[in-house]
Amino acid sequence: MKLDAKIPSGPLAQKWTNYKNEIRLVSPANKRKYDIIVVGTGLAGASAAASLGELGYNVKAFCLQDSPRRAHSVAAQGGINAAKNYRNDGDSVHRLFYDTIKGGDFRAREANVHRLAEVSLNVIDQATAQGVPFAREYSGYLATRSFGGAQVSRTFYARGQTGQQLLLGAYQALMCQVSAGTVKIFPRHEMLELVLVNNHAKGIVVRDLISGKISTVTADAVVLATGGYSNAFYLSTSGVASNVTASWRAHRKGALFANPCFTQIHPTCIPVSGDYQSKLTLMSESLRNDGRVWVPKNAGDKRSPEQIPDSDRDYYLERIYPAYGNLVPRDIASRAAKRVCDEGRGVGPGGLGVFLDFRDAIKRLGEPVIRERYANLFDMYHEITIENAYKTPMRIYPAIHYAMGGLWVDYNLMSNLPGLFVIGEANFSDHGANRLGASALMQGLADGYFVLPYTIGDYLARNEVKRPAADVPEAKLAETETAARLNKLLSIRGKRTPVEFHKQLGRILWDNCGMAREEAGLKKAMQAIAALREEFWQNVIVPGSHADLNMALERAGRVADFLELGELLCLDALERRESCGCHLRTEFQTPEGECLRNDTDYAYVAAWEFTGAGKPPQLHKEPLVYEEAHMAQRSYK
Amino acid sequence: MNSFWKLVTSSVGKKLVMGITGTVLFAFVVVHMIGNLQVFLGRDAINHYAEFLQTNAELLWPTRIILAVCVVLHIFTGASLTLENRSKRGVAYDVKKIVGASLVSRTMFISGSIILCFIVYHILHFTTGTTNPEFMALKDAHGRHDVYRIILAGFANPWAAGFYVLGVGLLGFHLSHGVRALCETLGLRLENYAACIDRTAIVVAWILFLGFASVPVAVVLQVVR
Amino acid sequence: MKITVRVWRQKKAQSAGRFVEYPVEGANPDMSFLEMLDVLNEGLVKKGEEPVHFDSDCREGICGTCSCVINGEAHGPESRVTTCQTYMRSFKDGDTITVEPFRAKAFPLIKDLVVDRTAFDRIIQAGGFISVNTGAAPEANSIPVPKHASDLSMDAAACIGCGACVASCKNASASLFVAAKIAHLNLLPHGKPEKDRRALAMIQAMDAEGFGGCSVTGSCEAVCPKGIPISFISRMNRDYMVAALKMRE
Repeated sequence: MKLDAKIPSGPLAQKWTNYKNEIRLVSPANKRKYDIIVVGTGLAGASAAASLGELGYNVKAFCLQDSPRRAHSVAAQGGINAAKNYRNDGDSVHRLFYDTIKGGDFRAREANVHRLAEVSLNVIDQATAQGVPFAREYSGYLATRSFGGAQVSRTFYARGQTGQQLLLGAYQALMCQVSAGTVKIFPRHEMLELVLVNNHAKGIVVRDLISGKISTVTADAVVLATGGYSNAFYLSTSGVASNVTASWRAHRKGALFANPCFTQIHPTCIPVSGDYQSKLTLMSESLRNDGRVWVPKNAGDKRSPEQIPDSDRDYYLERIYPAYGNLVPRDIASRAAKRVCDEGRGVGPGGLGVFLDFRDAIKRLGEPVIRERYANLFDMYHEITIENAYKTPMRIYPAIHYAMGGLWVDYNLMSNLPGLFVIGEANFSDHGANRLGASALMQGLADGYFVLPYTIGDYLARNEVKRPAADVPEAKLAETETAARLNKLLSIRGKRTPVEFHKQLGRILWDNCGMAREEAGLKKAMQAIAALREEFWQNVIVPGSHADLNMALERAGRVADFLELGELLCLDALERRESCGCHLRTEFQTPEGECLRNDTDYAYVAAWEFTGAGKPPQLHKEPLVYEEAHMAQRSYK
Repeated sequence: MNSFWKLVTSSVGKKLVMGITGTVLFAFVVVHMIGNLQVFLGRDAINHYAEFLQTNAELLWPTRIILAVCVVLHIFTGASLTLENRSKRGVAYDVKKIVGASLVSRTMFISGSIILCFIVYHILHFTTGTTNPEFMALKDAHGRHDVYRIILAGFANPWAAGFYVLGVGLLGFHLSHGVRALCETLGLRLENYAACIDRTAIVVAWILFLGFASVPVAVVLQVVR
Repeated sequence: MKITVRVWRQKKAQSAGRFVEYPVEGANPDMSFLEMLDVLNEGLVKKGEEPVHFDSDCREGICGTCSCVINGEAHGPESRVTTCQTYMRSFKDGDTITVEPFRAKAFPLIKDLVVDRTAFDRIIQAGGFISVNTGAAPEANSIPVPKHASDLSMDAAACIGCGACVASCKNASASLFVAAKIAHLNLLPHGKPEKDRRALAMIQAMDAEGFGGCSVTGSCEAVCPKGIPISFISRMNRDYMVAALKMRE
């Protein structure tokens, strides 16, 4: 298989403009003849479904939540980047592009990232017009703040609820289209299979989670906006229902899975408190604007943090990275936290935590200012830990947060399966080996509002394979297989619950494929996961039936797919014998413990092809060619 | 007309009817209280005031009609809202803890119904004299309707006076929420004023209660003779 | 901690429901309430029994998925938090905790503690949006928004659409939810062109979905996990009155 990224010709800054001038269009009268399925209604899915509806396509939007507004994009806190340069601080499209490429440790596709930086401007305009109440100055103009990995202030925010507000904007646009009749929504529906006709994606098999009914929906194109797979690690900052099933089903049908080992660890999460924990809570990275990260200088310092004088504190980020200080990118901050904890200087129960201290910011700005900026985060911290962060420093520790990897897509955001488009976190394209803060919201909305509506038209205008009827043999077969799979899960009647398997998988992944990875551990993990998967299909217990709401069954299906993904994740990490971004192989690091990239051998996208159950997946490489960005060792010092 | 009807009969429309009629009735109650307090200025003052009201039929009757319409609308809409609202829960909670909602706010229909009975008795008692026909015959030296002596006679019985104190107490109770609610409904209780309005409502309710109750109490205590 | 959970079990919308008591061993004060239910459910699944169904997703109080009335209070005993942010430290060792679904005719029950809140989506469809097509937006800074208006709009926009206001209101009224959305959009210059239409249409939709009216009891703002005040309902009433007076529907 030859991977063709279909990057348009011309200079980097002109590619998107040239592309838009050259694509085929669908005439207004013809648009209503096309059906488009959008799976997932987060930022990417809702914005895409709404925009496609506005264009006049018939859109069917599916989500497993009870309302599209509850997709997990809602939980993003800090902000959204855009190269508006409102601060006159030297920002530009090129700088946002370069920061993103560099932040991704030169493992993202240049053309996609440049397009992202270009349309970031429109995203802010669009969201503002939809009524997203971004923070403003007294003048009435938009406020910005700085964020990790950038030296300019380009992050727009709505208190600590930016994701929620942007999602509400997209959701409201979607609801507007529902009332206009162009979009039909299907909440509490889960996609369980992709339907291919003549190798084109032309439908999905869905289960109505309430009635349990399994049915096929066909369309002219399928858009997956189903988010990331961080929940493979069991404990992550994702919602408990976030899963990889839609992507994984597409992968099993032939869609390539790219860079699965690029999973982001977020440095500012609330540390784990016990093994009953169901998820981890993120504290926005924006806290690092005013909070200073430190640990005691000496291991075993048992004094309470307020009693430790500055002379006995190690502000290690400021010490090691004076240029960026507490605002280094996430991967760097996470690894630094792990290092000081490994040295025995970690704080809190189990020594797995570092302090994030607001003492100096409160002294400098006063408590009211800090309260205005972060009150909801401080409240949230208090609810969970019953500690008052205005008085005593927060304890934070890294946690799995985001999946840069995902289904492989070309410049059109189309996977190698024609007609299957993948947008937002579900695809792999824009963040390379590490995503910068406030860039996920930007990418989700850029894909949904401003990229997909163009590129999908180009595919539809070619009209190579017509929309099949819902009862074509391919659809019937997919339906039967889906039902059989559910029945199989229900009939095993073993001894261990789906959650137990999920927890065990998460443990294996976190221990061996988390913040630091090495060959032996990865090999061991792959064997352990294969054995666990084997056991799962012998020994899982799922009560109830598939004919009504059955959350245990839903969970079991998702865990089954995570068990397959987990192995691929480790394989990808094993095969990438270099360190880059969030992927740190302990064998490949600089003497200071930073990533040691190998651009000669690994400057490529690893796209994995499913070759059949129990068979080793096949690796395809898309070489990454940099025309503008100069590949260099990242330095934030 | 159809759309006007639709606007008035929506849940918010009905609340607006409650709020507007409530405002009129509230204004009446305030004026009524000020009138009553003239009893403390002596017999001549209050009898003069009563004569002024009664001899201006072109003022009296429109006022009475407006008040009657407001009372009917207030009661009818209130009952209709209460009945509708009661049906919205479906299955009742097994355990229900009341959070945030004051007793008065939850019992407006009950306090309103009792006040209605009180008003009916009050009208029969003092306005039409149906319960005490002898009141209507009382005249003062100027041949005016002797409201002053009617009040003395009416409250001579401590039980009757007590009943009035209870009645106006309930009215104050009703208004302590009613004034707040009508501000809310008429779109006045916005962020910056909310707390102030809530406090004012309670103060106003107390003033009304004390103002009204002072008359029967004064009669019973023979401060007014 | 030893806890007994007395929970509403109902197989389907049409079937009869009842309370069932389950002892939960090994609860811990630092556990969230939902994690305690997870523990209960793990035990049930292991025995081959169906778990107690409840909705939850983000588990950090922002998605609005979780619901439940706990000991008679929507989202449990603590104020300004959702059920997922309620911790077992709010209960005592040996407590029996009664857990019921949100009750409202407009929120039909699906299973156990899971209810159907799609009525909220239909209210938003009636007018809870600014009809700006993708691409039609002007430069973001071309329309300044006074900071106080923007801040107030954000206060209203903080609504997570959980439905606790409905669950707690004696009238099962959705006024706070509807008012918050109307205020969020009507306060911004971008939302002004559709201001009247929005107020009329959304209130009409709210009535049509079978929610009750507002009695200004304030129980909604008391249970609202985001602390949205009922002064927004006053604002909604004002917008409605103005729109109605214009008689443009």
